[in-house]
Amino acid sequence: MHELPITQHIIKIAEKHCRDNGGSRVTKVNLVIGDYSGYVGDSVQMYFDIISEGTLCEGALVDIQHVEPKLRCNKCGRLFKKQLLTFDCPYCDGQGEMTDIGKEFFIDTIEIE
Amino acid sequence: MHDIRKIDIQEGILDENDHIAEHVKEHMEEHGILVVNEMGAPGVGKTTTLKNIFKHLKSKPYVIEGDIESDLDTKDLNSLGIETHQINTYGACHLDAPMIEHMTHHVHFTEPGILFIENIGNLVCPAEFSIGEHVKMLVSTVTEGSDKPYKYPLAFEKADIIILNKVDLIPYLDFDEEFFTKGVRALNKDVPIFKVSGKTGEGFEEVAAWLEEKAASIRP
Repeated sequence: MHELPITQHIIKIAEKHCRDNGGSRVTKVNLVIGDYSGYVGDSVQMYFDIISEGTLCEGALVDIQHVEPKLRCNKCGRLFKKQLLTFDCPYCDGQGEMTDIGKEFFIDTIEIE
Repeated sequence: MHDIRKIDIQEGILDENDHIAEHVKEHMEEHGILVVNEMGAPGVGKTTTLKNIFKHLKSKPYVIEGDIESDLDTKDLNSLGIETHQINTYGACHLDAPMIEHMTHHVHFTEPGILFIENIGNLVCPAEFSIGEHVKMLVSTVTEGSDKPYKYPLAFEKADIIILNKVDLIPYLDFDEEFFTKGVRALNKDVPIFKVSGKTGEGFEEVAAWLEEKAASIRP
């Protein structure tokens, strides 16, 4: 549910960059959201359509690039996808450690006119 | 036909929150205050943990209580002579840096000490927002089950100290401590885990000593 204030923030950032670049409206917002970021892309999309009304982002498309989280093995160093209820490495007997892959949460680009 | 232009942003959506959090931290350091962000699911004993820590704390404690509604914990702590301020979020699932920045202007920091911020009872969202803390203190319990690090990895990964509460109930439960610890260690190699009981008071002296050491490290 914390996507509502976050989406307001996304709109604010996009509007600022639109104005700074002399644009009259935002046509598309390209977001990168890792699956471990704690933010649900579908919720952002839903709130965006509602609260962008009357802003420079009204009618803009939201494109979300999802990033699958990866762990790094503390023995062989390979990256792998975490399985349920275990951090075991599928390649050796090491343990996976968290990485920043999958925690992304940023606005990559916007398209304006 | 208007031209469409693509603008590179590469801006983290939480950058502004993080910027304010840094400001809060600096402001608190000027007062000689260590900031502790206390997190945990509802019912893990976050307020009880604070009360038990205060019995052994030499530094002066200050408290900001975050709740969706009510000021029961604030009244409770104020009645014990602890300066406590309430934030009600009315639905929001976590505290953020602007809320804390605002509230720190109302706390009377008369001497160096430790500001404990009891976050909203929630094992998910609070871990995602910096609020100007030096220490993220996670309270987990044996009653929640030993699988929590596997199901809610972010809170365990980000914790600087983990308090495992209600250990007096272990004889009545199927808590698998080895499985719990293995999960914590995969996420967070060096985090200290303190086993405590809010009921009997065991283990809190060590927690208070750990916090005192941290508090001393930020004072000039």
